[in-house]
Amino acid sequence: MTIKGKAYIAGIYEHPTRHAPDKSTAQLHAEVAKGAIEDAGISKDDVDGYFCAGDAPGGAWPMVDYLGLNTKKLRHVDSTETGGCSYIIHLGHAAEAIAAGKCSIALITLAGKPRTGVMPPRAAGAEVDFESAYGATTHNAYGMCAMRHMHDYGTTSEQLAWIKVAASHHAQYNPHAMLKDVVTVEDVLNSPMISDPLHRMDCCVVSDGGGALIVTTPEIARSLKKPLVKLIGHGEAMKGPRGGKDLDLTYSAGIWSGPRAFAEAGITPKDIKYASIYDSFTITVLMQLEDLGFCKKGEGGKFVADGNLISGVGKLPFNTDGGGLCSNHPVNRGGMTKIIEAVRQLRGEAHPKVQVKNCDLAIAHGTGGLLGVRHAASTAILERV
Amino acid sequence: MSETKKYPAPVTNPETAAFWDAAKQGKFMIKRCTACGEAHYFPRSICPFCYSDKTVWEEASGEGTIYTWSLMRKSPTGPYAIGYVTLKEGPSVQTNFVDCDLEKLKIGQKVKVVFKPTDGAPLPFFTPA
Repeated sequence: MTIKGKAYIAGIYEHPTRHAPDKSTAQLHAEVAKGAIEDAGISKDDVDGYFCAGDAPGGAWPMVDYLGLNTKKLRHVDSTETGGCSYIIHLGHAAEAIAAGKCSIALITLAGKPRTGVMPPRAAGAEVDFESAYGATTHNAYGMCAMRHMHDYGTTSEQLAWIKVAASHHAQYNPHAMLKDVVTVEDVLNSPMISDPLHRMDCCVVSDGGGALIVTTPEIARSLKKPLVKLIGHGEAMKGPRGGKDLDLTYSAGIWSGPRAFAEAGITPKDIKYASIYDSFTITVLMQLEDLGFCKKGEGGKFVADGNLISGVGKLPFNTDGGGLCSNHPVNRGGMTKIIEAVRQLRGEAHPKVQVKNCDLAIAHGTGGLLGVRHAASTAILERV
Repeated sequence: MSETKKYPAPVTNPETAAFWDAAKQGKFMIKRCTACGEAHYFPRSICPFCYSDKTVWEEASGEGTIYTWSLMRKSPTGPYAIGYVTLKEGPSVQTNFVDCDLEKLKIGQKVKVVFKPTDGAPLPFFTPA
């Protein structure tokens, strides 16, 4: 059994807003749903599968009702919650449901407003009494990974800075990007230290916004007008300290989700023309590139240096919308925009200055949770037909 | 600073109550599985490695080395250093480093447990040995 080629991404929409104090969170979900439905050229009454995560107010049934989805037709729902990579997992689950005949047109939505106000806290896990007092946040949890990666492999702040530099080179062409200025390695190193060894410019932005996808069958996709983009491989995985044995914060669950996706797709990292890699922090990108097999473990620093991630300059163009480091990070969850930019690249709809030539194979990869504590990862490999 | 910072009291539950009762006596406890011999942290009744229910409480030495750390430069309660300590007994535990110069922490540095009060049971932290 495989989902290879069983599902196509027929509709994408990224909300242009980066700050939405004048809108409700549910409204943003509706606006991105409408955008993806119109991009695909279908009717909302055709949707028979709905996928959402923890950002959807009230969860699946209030959202299905609010969005006015056709409940006589809707026959598959999935509210898998794995933080920022939820939507990459949803993409795989939608393909599984489509392959099994459980739905034929799936809608996936993400939206929220962390820039406008504080997000509701996540429910506590069994670890709460043994961890919550220590103040793990995204900044310091990823700082702990970077600190150990530097210790074990000699990775430097300069190398991490190159990831931000590459993202900024792409963001200058994105009219919606929050940070459009091209920055240098020195700019990153001179920005204030937030949580050692991560500087402010090693961190992503905080933004309101959202995005949505329409995933459908090959037959329906071919009946629509958009360029054809199909899912050919998918993987998901989780990792945590697991009782504290052999703790190793220098790799992520991507070390398992990546090979699963590549095996299903029947390709290798060398075949990838464009990579959307979750960039909550520069270290997130570096570790995931290693884990996915774009370079050996410990060699991520050398791999990302000297513009290797800049479109038209380096060997692996990444996050050509500017990513979370420069463009947006809706709801503190980067998975959705990673898929959307990968689809733009495969359709040939990326900005001409960053469009990868002959882009026929792309990867969208993300993590959710905290790499320095416990997290999920998901990998999707997409092909232009 | 860590002297004045107010830490939340553990909620505790039947599975972990013995840990917090021991903490009140200044003892830092881990769980060890008598079936596979592995120690783990935080404590569970079922061994996360072999799934045996033959886990027993063991007082740990409270000594270990810093696996990694990060100094959070700003927060509403001031700077703090979070990290993991690999205990002599094996498991690595998440913690804060206290009562020391937070800018001079080093991976591999020897540290020891120290308890800080809450409105309930005290919480374990680590400080240079």
